[in-house]
Amino acid sequence: MAHDAQAAAMSPLAQVAGDFSTDKQAFSVPWGKAMMWIFLLSDTFIFTCFLTSYMNVRLSTLSDWPNPSQVFSLHIGGQDIPLILIAIMTFVLITSSGTMAMAVNYGYRRNKRNTVLLMGATALLGATFVSMQAFEWTKLIMEGVRPWENPWGAPQFGSAFFMITGFHGLHVSAGVIYLLVVANRVRTGFYDKRGSYEMVEIAGLYWHFVDLVWVFIFAFFYLW
Amino acid sequence: MSEAKEGQQHPIRIYLWIWLLLFVLSTFSYLVDYYHLQGLLRWSLIILFMLLKAGFIVAIFMHMAWERLALKFAILLPPLCLLVLIGFMAIEGDYTFLTRGAAFLR
Repeated sequence: MAHDAQAAAMSPLAQVAGDFSTDKQAFSVPWGKAMMWIFLLSDTFIFTCFLTSYMNVRLSTLSDWPNPSQVFSLHIGGQDIPLILIAIMTFVLITSSGTMAMAVNYGYRRNKRNTVLLMGATALLGATFVSMQAFEWTKLIMEGVRPWENPWGAPQFGSAFFMITGFHGLHVSAGVIYLLVVANRVRTGFYDKRGSYEMVEIAGLYWHFVDLVWVFIFAFFYLW
Repeated sequence: MSEAKEGQQHPIRIYLWIWLLLFVLSTFSYLVDYYHLQGLLRWSLIILFMLLKAGFIVAIFMHMAWERLALKFAILLPPLCLLVLIGFMAIEGDYTFLTRGAAFLR
């Protein structure tokens, strides 16, 4: 507590300099949380490489880029609704992020029942998202989209689509498994024995990151 | 870190508000496409809604707003290098487009 009071009196930059240069642990968070952040930082670089290479091929192709608004439209009730599946997927993922944030909160309050239920809901919504993505992939593959060609224009469309959404879908799938493992440990009282629920927050960080990446994919791949 | 309270604890209300806000912002970005907005208005609105959503997720859901400045710097500053990569690749993409155009026109 004395440390906190002292830190509050310092200017923000002096506090940073102190955290990094003093002979102590640099980040005042559990090491697992710091490492998850650093992993997510590296993942940011990977996804940015994918999105940047997508930007590069889209800029450099002479053919027209297929219009995502039409490509991802669904025929419902006698009319084509643009991007509707993608919009629903976005809402599903945002909702899962909301339930996860609340699961972390209930974890720290030692409310095991709500934590497990909310993490289960998060995993279920994640699985829903992946299923909808599988449906989308199936639809596009049936329509003749391949990594090297598609019926509507620039052949690079397929490779960018499968690479970016595939890698993101893989993250969601891994996240669902990760959440189920952590939720089960909450249920069995593993974290009570350890005396800390920080693992729930760390799993939450990963899950929010998956949602975060989708925000960028939604903007740059589907809306652009 | 205080002893009495463990980790990040905030009222549930904050999360519900941010959740609602993300819903609204996503709806707005969807409407940009739905109403076929074009040109500068389209790009600026898409980027604006994207950055707002990303900011709220990182700041509130991932609790970055309540972390110490050292962690904020360590995690949020390195991605700025990526702007250099994006800039280079944009220039390179334009160049490839022009040379391809020139080659096919000849």
